Amino acid sequence: MDDVAVGTLIASTLRVSTPLILCALAACLSERSGVIDLGLEGKMLLTAFAAGAAAAVIGSLPLAMALAVVVGVALSMLHGYACVSHRGDQVVMGMAITMTAAGLTVVLGIAWFHQGGQTPALPDAVRLAPWFTASADFLRDAPTGLRALATGLLGHNGMVYVALLLVPAVWWLLARTRFGLRLRAAGENPAMVDAAGVSVQALRYGALALNGVLCALAGCYLVLAQNPSFIPHMTAGRGYMALAAMIFGKWQPLGALLACLLFGFLDAAAIRLQGAPLPLIGAVPVQAIQALPYVLTVVLLAGFIGRARAPKALGVPYAKTH
Amino acid sequence: MATAAPAVAMRGIRKRFGAVAANDGADLTVARASVHGIVGENGAGKSTLMSILYGLIGADSGSIEVDGAAVQIRHSRDAMQFGIGMVHQHFMLVETFSALDNVLLGAEPGWHLPGARAQARVQLQALMRDSGLQVRLDAMVEDLPVGERQRLEILKALYRGARILILDEPTAVLTPQETDQLFVTLRQLRARGTTILLITHKLREIMALTDAVTVMRAGRVVLDCATADTTMDALAQAMVGRRVQLGRGAAAAAAPYGAPLLQAEHLRWRDAAGVTRLGDVSLTLHAGEIVGIAGVSGNGQSELLDALAGLLQPDAGELQLAGRRFTPARWLDPSTARDLALAHVPEDRQLRGLVLPFVAWESAVLGYHARPRYDRRGWMRHGAMLADAIVMMDRYDVRPRDARIRSGQFSGGNQQKLVLAREAMPEPRVLLVGQPTRGVDIGAIEFIHGRLRAMRDAGGAILVVSSELDEILALADRVLVMNRGRISGELPIDACTEGALGRLMGDAGAADAAFAQGAPA
Amino acid sequence: MSSGHELPRWLDLGVLPLFNLALALLVCGIVVLVIGLDPGQVLSLLAKGAFGSRMGISYTLYYATTFVFTGLAVAVAFHGGLFNIGGEGQAMLGGIGTALVALALADHWPAWLVLPLMTLAAAAFGLAWAAVPAALQAWRGSHVVITTIMFNFIASALLSWLLINVLKEPGNMTVESRSFGPGAHVPAVHEVLGALGIEWPRSPLNLSVLLAAASAALVYLLVWRTRPGYMLRAVGFAPEAARYAGIGPRAQVMFSMMLSGAFAGLVGINEVAGVHGRLLLDYVVGAGFAGIAVSLIGRNHPVGIVLASLLFGALYQGGAELAFEIPGFSRDMVFTLQGLIVLFSGAMAQVAAPTLARAWFAIERRLAPRPAHG
Repeated sequence: MDDVAVGTLIASTLRVSTPLILCALAACLSERSGVIDLGLEGKMLLTAFAAGAAAAVIGSLPLAMALAVVVGVALSMLHGYACVSHRGDQVVMGMAITMTAAGLTVVLGIAWFHQGGQTPALPDAVRLAPWFTASADFLRDAPTGLRALATGLLGHNGMVYVALLLVPAVWWLLARTRFGLRLRAAGENPAMVDAAGVSVQALRYGALALNGVLCALAGCYLVLAQNPSFIPHMTAGRGYMALAAMIFGKWQPLGALLACLLFGFLDAAAIRLQGAPLPLIGAVPVQAIQALPYVLTVVLLAGFIGRARAPKALGVPYAKTH
Repeated sequence: MATAAPAVAMRGIRKRFGAVAANDGADLTVARASVHGIVGENGAGKSTLMSILYGLIGADSGSIEVDGAAVQIRHSRDAMQFGIGMVHQHFMLVETFSALDNVLLGAEPGWHLPGARAQARVQLQALMRDSGLQVRLDAMVEDLPVGERQRLEILKALYRGARILILDEPTAVLTPQETDQLFVTLRQLRARGTTILLITHKLREIMALTDAVTVMRAGRVVLDCATADTTMDALAQAMVGRRVQLGRGAAAAAAPYGAPLLQAEHLRWRDAAGVTRLGDVSLTLHAGEIVGIAGVSGNGQSELLDALAGLLQPDAGELQLAGRRFTPARWLDPSTARDLALAHVPEDRQLRGLVLPFVAWESAVLGYHARPRYDRRGWMRHGAMLADAIVMMDRYDVRPRDARIRSGQFSGGNQQKLVLAREAMPEPRVLLVGQPTRGVDIGAIEFIHGRLRAMRDAGGAILVVSSELDEILALADRVLVMNRGRISGELPIDACTEGALGRLMGDAGAADAAFAQGAPA
Repeated sequence: MSSGHELPRWLDLGVLPLFNLALALLVCGIVVLVIGLDPGQVLSLLAKGAFGSRMGISYTLYYATTFVFTGLAVAVAFHGGLFNIGGEGQAMLGGIGTALVALALADHWPAWLVLPLMTLAAAAFGLAWAAVPAALQAWRGSHVVITTIMFNFIASALLSWLLINVLKEPGNMTVESRSFGPGAHVPAVHEVLGALGIEWPRSPLNLSVLLAAASAALVYLLVWRTRPGYMLRAVGFAPEAARYAGIGPRAQVMFSMMLSGAFAGLVGINEVAGVHGRLLLDYVVGAGFAGIAVSLIGRNHPVGIVLASLLFGALYQGGAELAFEIPGFSRDMVFTLQGLIVLFSGAMAQVAAPTLARAWFAIERRLAPRPAHG
């Protein structure tokens, strides 16, 4: 495999992983505070639609992103209302958001744009532009290894780098701030947090708000960078894959990043590997590679490759006792 | 010092929970920089009084003064503001955090964690030096032994400026060595001016540690003096009170026991945290007797019941029932127990005794649902279930007499009667009963007691666990007292005087120093 | 657990679901308005499309059949205290089982032999697919919700591989297996009625509708009238009480999930055998999730599930008709309503309950005769 191929593979991996990383970080925040989030798929879809529709109609990139963020946060707040303020089932709520978003995006898309659910293709001016293209061009004649890295890492649109930067940012928030400490405690022992005089509800809502923003960024990426427009059901299960990646990463931001990169790599490599015989195994069917992230997650959950310890109070609604 | 205002003065505290007066005009005065013990059995009112002081519940009437100034305490935040801290029996810790982070939570000096940690560390190290408390700040709580976790809880309170520390049954989960260490710590805290309120039922600790002691019973203070001016016997008597009426009729001569129906030998069990809950318990139940297990809750009674009923597998020991031997390798299970004519009325009827959403006639066969009478090759015989439920409700006066109502809609007393009726219906040879009349109204209590006596007279062996000493004394032919997972003593009912019982329950000497069970890792 | 403010049973089972359904319809109506249509018109056209013709009714019943299977699957697991979101995957496996038996036997064996075997295979494959997450929950503590979601995706990959690499006819461009032989033919209702002399329009409605009805009856009998059902409900309501009663939790987890998977698998009979006559990629598409909605609003009771399935069947059929009549209307409106029903009947189900209870008790107090005081 020559270095251009390697570089392209790295580039594909990053591009495919970006929405996964953003959603996995979102899920990480929510679940570390104790709220299960199965609505990632739906939030990504609806925010993508919002961004695509707004960009097409208003023609402004910042406004489109802002609207997407508003929609994302609104959905997370709805999740919070049902599950944090009231004792609604978190799993069911997540499913409800996903199912409703899946239908609503197509309904509105058809009604407003008459293109079978798609939003109009966006001109480059409204899309996220690639960064570091000059450096990428410059390094085109560099020695082999560097060229591979350059092809792989440079020339991506801004959101890819934002996603990568958000990983240490979220880690820092959770591990190095007072808010993060309290948020993590709310997911382990909310009674203790309450007894210490800190509001569990406020912490969980805060986590959900950030969750909404991150999902919105993922949605923006899909429509403003990866694809030229919104296509019905364009998330294709990525939300669940991000959840799997977060679990595989043991609820840690860095672990989630590595898992997202792995799953993204499998996705990018799947097509390439189709038919190509691997040593010892022979030709691996592409479906096996597609199923691999989910199989790996199950294996991890079964405890066969190390223990995955969920936050202790995850999924349990907290009601104040006095 | 003699004229300094008391650290805490509570006057005329009254608190009712429904019909029960948990505190009925209680007064408490605690001198500054002293260790003050508060003693009493379950339900005496000491926990309620302390919860009021810490702001967890509000008193109906009465006043509180801290350091001579009248205060209003409506929430634990208020209590903390006035320098009152509490260490609960069940620790409030995040196990996956470090000790330092647990102290910090909610009282962080700043939003940037590393800085806050550094600042707090300095303060905590000074505190630890001052008080003699030693806690490894950087260890994860789940790696800390129970004694160190308790010290962490104390440290948490001190860090928030507590000058008055309430400790609720602190030695309940400690080994003797850890208990001694705790005493050292408490003495050091007292030396530096902290006032300590120690809630306990252990008279030996009171005599060893406290400067003053208050005994509570039935919501009131019955004894209040300096420890030096009293004895363990006096405390025991005050705790138990002159209620030992032996209300069974003086003419009830002790009937000769029948054959042994259940024999348990050397049962031992340690829970997941490594704390010994059953430490070499042996007992025998004979036909035609009621054996009562007295003692403050939490001393292994529940675990004993569970082991005998087949719900808990001990680490060691043996059980003989109906001619069969059970060892930990193949322990009893609830179905087998029932097949061997052992019935069990659980302590928590709502959690275990009934399926609350089931209608009464469905709950009426819980545990017996596979019997041919109710199960014809897989089909449930609703007619038989309903008929039997009605019979049960008639015999045990369950009201309303409607077997089609959901189990959860009956009152506590009627639920209990239903459970008892169900367990008594197949005429078991051995009956295990936990807290038979908890939350039950007076009329139903009499009824239930009458039924238990009737079963005994018919030749059954009954084991009653109750935290109500009155009940044990009213029912039992023999009384065993459990303390710290062991049977600290056994008395025939005639020998149950206040002093004797109080001493056994108050862990006042009978418990052996050779209780060297392994401390948690 | 109970207090004086518990809703009376008829309110809890009858009025509350309708109330939640009304809320969902209301929000959906708003969406309809937003996209510039008239909710009244939409509703009436929908009703007409679903029930206004014999063809419409047939299609409604055909859709309802699949929903009954997936709805029962969710309900059975729910009674055991578990949330089975794996209906999609289990239905896929059911279809695979049906197809494998059909492809092996239907060319040479008669229908009266092959069809029962296909049904057994559909149930068995669905059962097996649910058994793995169940075992992982029972023995390893892996959360069944996450594992069943993962298994949905794995099933999809498996189906895809099977069709493309094994079962696809060489030379055929479409991703499907070859048609099943005559032994695998599930009689269509119009065929049966035709044989009895009744003329009935052609539709995918086939005899698996009877299987669905029988399944609903079976679930009712099993859950409320048999000992396994008693044990299942005990574990679902009160795991501690069940343990006290000698009921092993692990066995119940396996039992409830496997039974659940078996019912989901039966979708294969309706869709793969009854309608398409060959194995395809997308015969499930959303049936599992619709089953969740159906079970939630049907309060996990077979009667409610049948009614809710008819409702959803009507929505699907009416929606398809509407898509013809009104430009710009698509089936996705039905998916939206489905999601809203899950929202109001599932997640927010209890939000309305206290308000309803207060209103009811206020009414009750006003209507109660004044008690005579001594």
